[in-house]
Amino acid sequence: MSDNSSNNEYWSANMRIIKICLVIWALVSFGFGILLRPLLSGISVGGSDLGFWFAQQGSILVFLALIFFYAWWMNRLDQKYGVDEE
Amino acid sequence: MDQFTINLLFVGASFALYIGIAIWARAGSTSEFYAAGRGVHPVTNGMATAADWMSAASFISMAGLIAFTGYDNSTYLMGWTGGYVLLALLLAPYLRKFGKYTVSEFIGDRFYSQTARIVAVVCLIVASVTYVIGQMTGVGVAFGRFLEVSNTAGLLIGAAVVFAYAVFGGMKGVTYTQVAQYVVLITAYTIPAVFISLQLTGNPIPGLGLFGNDLASGEPLLAKIDQIVTELGFASYTGHHANTLNMVLFTLSLMIGTAGLPHVIMRFFTVPKVSDARWSAGWTLVFIALLYVTAPAVGAMARLNITDMMWPNGGITGGAVTLQQIEDDPKYDWMDTWQKTGLLGWEDKNGDGRIQYYNDANSDMQAVAEQNGWVGNELTNFNQDILVLANPEIANLPSWVIGLIAAGGLAAALSTAAGLLLAISSAVSHDLIKGAIAPGISEKGELLSARIAMAAAIVVATYLGLNPPGFAAQTVALAFGLAAASIFPALMMGIFTKVNSRGAVAGMIAGMSVTLIYIFLHKGWFFIPDTNTFSDNDPLLGPIKSTSFGVIGALVNFAVAYFVSKASGPIPADIERLVESVRIPRGAGVAQDH
Repeated sequence: MSDNSSNNEYWSANMRIIKICLVIWALVSFGFGILLRPLLSGISVGGSDLGFWFAQQGSILVFLALIFFYAWWMNRLDQKYGVDEE
Repeated sequence: MDQFTINLLFVGASFALYIGIAIWARAGSTSEFYAAGRGVHPVTNGMATAADWMSAASFISMAGLIAFTGYDNSTYLMGWTGGYVLLALLLAPYLRKFGKYTVSEFIGDRFYSQTARIVAVVCLIVASVTYVIGQMTGVGVAFGRFLEVSNTAGLLIGAAVVFAYAVFGGMKGVTYTQVAQYVVLITAYTIPAVFISLQLTGNPIPGLGLFGNDLASGEPLLAKIDQIVTELGFASYTGHHANTLNMVLFTLSLMIGTAGLPHVIMRFFTVPKVSDARWSAGWTLVFIALLYVTAPAVGAMARLNITDMMWPNGGITGGAVTLQQIEDDPKYDWMDTWQKTGLLGWEDKNGDGRIQYYNDANSDMQAVAEQNGWVGNELTNFNQDILVLANPEIANLPSWVIGLIAAGGLAAALSTAAGLLLAISSAVSHDLIKGAIAPGISEKGELLSARIAMAAAIVVATYLGLNPPGFAAQTVALAFGLAAASIFPALMMGIFTKVNSRGAVAGMIAGMSVTLIYIFLHKGWFFIPDTNTFSDNDPLLGPIKSTSFGVIGALVNFAVAYFVSKASGPIPADIERLVESVRIPRGAGVAQDH
């Protein structure tokens, strides 16, 4: 039974980090890139504005960072809960 | 050596390389045919997945769509990269842990139902075939240009090559060939972009050049483009003109479609460990991002070059390009060669010996036109799919660069077409025939039926590719919508919820049907031209175009699955244990055969 509850804890820790990552994922693309672009229009970036940069480049860079962060974080989590592959 | 010979040389050399690798790594057993014996390193796998993923849509078509629309088509950039976040966080590690070969096997086992498996297979086939139609469009453009034949002839030749090529090997052949294809396609995409960025902005990195200054005028490049295109009556490049809701839905459809496409997901079955599946998604996106960060620069710079080319005397006030120039000046040779494909055309409507290129639908421009004696836009046909391939010629780059881009475009289209054909053939032979119709089939019979399925798929795709429902990237976007509406929700619910078999089946059928019907209503029934009731210029549901409907289909899928499941009882205890075990990486080392 202790194994089960540790697995459940592992799963909720995983869910927590997934939620955080997905909020950032949505914020940079749908947020900064599209919906919030008017709010960022004052910040100019090379001939256009920050929203344009996020839509065409920034969001992609953030996506990359998110995936590598998650992979690294989960490796630690796997070990912490002893569910990693030997 | 003339351009034609150089193109043949580059394309021929790259083909020889791929075929050589395919022969060297020929698949022996069925397990190798599908999943390369699970011995592929995450970086290698990432590179191959990137080649598999970046198709004619990304390579040939996307920058053109961005060039002629600007900011509004950033949706392609975000949509086709953002899906990897979903894949890495929500699907890849769990599907790898599950340890089977195909997506429909997961759905069949998790929902303990042969019906669920068959429904998933049908959904996969519909999405994949639509996807191949888009590839064939791109293949037609690329072959048409480099063999200097019409688009139709190019398409038919391309189809034969794709078929010969895909039949050669299974996944293993394809994995290593695709690494080679990645190298060819990224080199081919980047080199001309670097040249053009240096010419226009002095910055060797196109992604930085895009936000740099235009050398000729000293102004920021993007500001300069905005200025010259608005002068001609076109919408500003950096402005937001499209419907916001449709943009959001379209981006989301592409994202969840990415995470629901069988040929991409299958890739994550081939890494050795669960943790590798997470890294692999990251590496894939690294290799994809190399192209995607360059693409908007390619689009913007091409728009500037084309506009300058049509108005070579200092913008709209200086007078348009003359017919004489197009004929005599070697700078304009690309217009002649592309005219032969039927994808570029011009007509001196007012007979003044010049070709005026402007937006004749803009009312302000109509006044300007009247003043100057223009009677309409004279660059009458500019197929946006030719932009990337024509780009090095437009920028007057050396002929080897032009040969290289032809090889790259074909690499992109071929690698994806091959990956998709593999997914279709495995769906038919492994899931449909071996899994449902004739479980006792021999390994030989299974391989044979896989190849017959490939042939059938390519015939259908070629036929529909002759009259495609849109530019390559738009057709591919439809395929993403279909995958988004059917497969992605089923996989998500399989891992994260306890939805039962009836719920999943009802959900997939509902999601797929509404999306397919919505698409057919706008693009023609079974994509046959002129059978549509609505058009994407005036869609049935407010601003929602058929390419953006995938996310609505996915919502329908989730909702139907939830309610049907609720009404029909819990899942069996052993399936509950399966769901628990998929969530935990430990124990994945034992790859399950079946």
